[in-house]
Amino acid sequence: MFKILKYSFYDLMRSRWSYVYFAFYLLLGIVLLFLNNDLSKAVITLMNVIIVLVPLIGTIFGVMYYYNSQEFTELLLAQPIKRSSIFLGQYLGVALSLSMSLILGLGIPFIFYGLFESTTIWDFSLLLITGTFLTLIFTALAFNIALSNENKIKGFGYAILLWLFLAVIYDGLFLMTLVMFDDYPLDKVSLIGTMLNPIDLSRTLILLKLDISALLGYTGAVFKQFFGTSFGLIVSFITLTVWVVLPVFRIVFKSKKKDF
Amino acid sequence: MVTIENLHKKFGKNTVLSGVDLTIADGGIFAVLGPNGSGKTTLIKSILGMVIPNKGTITVLGENIKKKSNYRHKIDYLPQIANFPSNLRVKELIKMIKDLRKPTNEDERLIQLFKLEPFLNKKLGTLSGGTKQKVNLVLAFMFDSPLIILDEPTTGLDPVSLIRLKDLIKAEKTKGKTILITSHIMSFVEEISDEIVFILEGEIYFKGSIQKLKIKTNQPDFEHAIASILSDNDV
Repeated sequence: MFKILKYSFYDLMRSRWSYVYFAFYLLLGIVLLFLNNDLSKAVITLMNVIIVLVPLIGTIFGVMYYYNSQEFTELLLAQPIKRSSIFLGQYLGVALSLSMSLILGLGIPFIFYGLFESTTIWDFSLLLITGTFLTLIFTALAFNIALSNENKIKGFGYAILLWLFLAVIYDGLFLMTLVMFDDYPLDKVSLIGTMLNPIDLSRTLILLKLDISALLGYTGAVFKQFFGTSFGLIVSFITLTVWVVLPVFRIVFKSKKKDF
Repeated sequence: MVTIENLHKKFGKNTVLSGVDLTIADGGIFAVLGPNGSGKTTLIKSILGMVIPNKGTITVLGENIKKKSNYRHKIDYLPQIANFPSNLRVKELIKMIKDLRKPTNEDERLIQLFKLEPFLNKKLGTLSGGTKQKVNLVLAFMFDSPLIILDEPTTGLDPVSLIRLKDLIKAEKTKGKTILITSHIMSFVEEISDEIVFILEGEIYFKGSIQKLKIKTNQPDFEHAIASILSDNDV
């Protein structure tokens, strides 16, 4: 697996898109720090960007990489390598190179700004950890979609729909449900609703840590009330891990049964 | 070398293989023939484990291949269309495959044989079809495995390279290897193969020497013998 991971990683590191992605975060970090002139405010703005953008890039990159490397995959399948190693290696190659662009792109400007002397270092680290989780989750989901769809256009379509649903539509539906069933106790429902969407979960997680009740919203408030800050953090991390593990299992399962 | 029992494979509603029984003995060149879409590539990909059969067992060198990958150390495979990652250089690809399988020095001799030196630093995406096929051949022949599977090896090759390929295949045969070939070039098959396996509509229609086929179909030459099978079966 590590050999495949190495080759996928190098392949991506040489591709232009990794640099574009890296440069984008570098620029974003620099601009935010100059405009805000305040580390903790910059972290909040970054959160809003990361929570929407990281899943999008993870999904698109994941699907694109899978379809682009189909020829390479077929070459590997005829070699004495396990199928699970091939696909997990490729998946980790994509997810890790994207995470690296994110961590380095944002980390460098913040370090130069004096992150290590600041108290926001933990908030910032949490932001990067959540970003990495989101990359791992959405790249895995993208690989699942690509493995199940031979047709590239369909695969891309489903991938975009998935992102649109989880990043935008889900919130709307969720809010509508809360309004419609206003008369019933909705604590549990909203808790579960938050858990079922990794994007919402990440937002709640970061806001819990930043402790900005004004931004928490209804679900966040319920979350905090139910779990408390530190237990809430642990629960959200476990749920995010489950969100990574389940799609990765399906990659292994699905790839074993597929014909090439 | 290879034993296939009652192999079935469907792609959706399309039945490709329906009950293939085949035994490939140790040593010699076997040609797998059949009209387009008869299931030749599916059969070969099943042996390689790239296609998962619906039913049936395949054993390679006495080992059931189901859910295994290690047996592929003993197989060299030349895929039908040389689709390589286009942003990789020829040299890097060869190095990578060696890294994934095992070290070998055989590639240098093969590169010389097919005159590939000027292309070593070129990206695979920029190569012509014939040159890609030569790279494909280098990758397939460099590991010295007991079973060699060649899917349409002659595609895109110029006459000189074709002669070199034939010599190469014959040399591998004298080492006692088993070679499985599919091809549509009948003269190539006739010249090189010891035995042919004819697949028709997902089943083995004929297995034996070319001489036996000529007698069976009552035709004077190989090409007509094949044509008569096809016209008798309305293909």
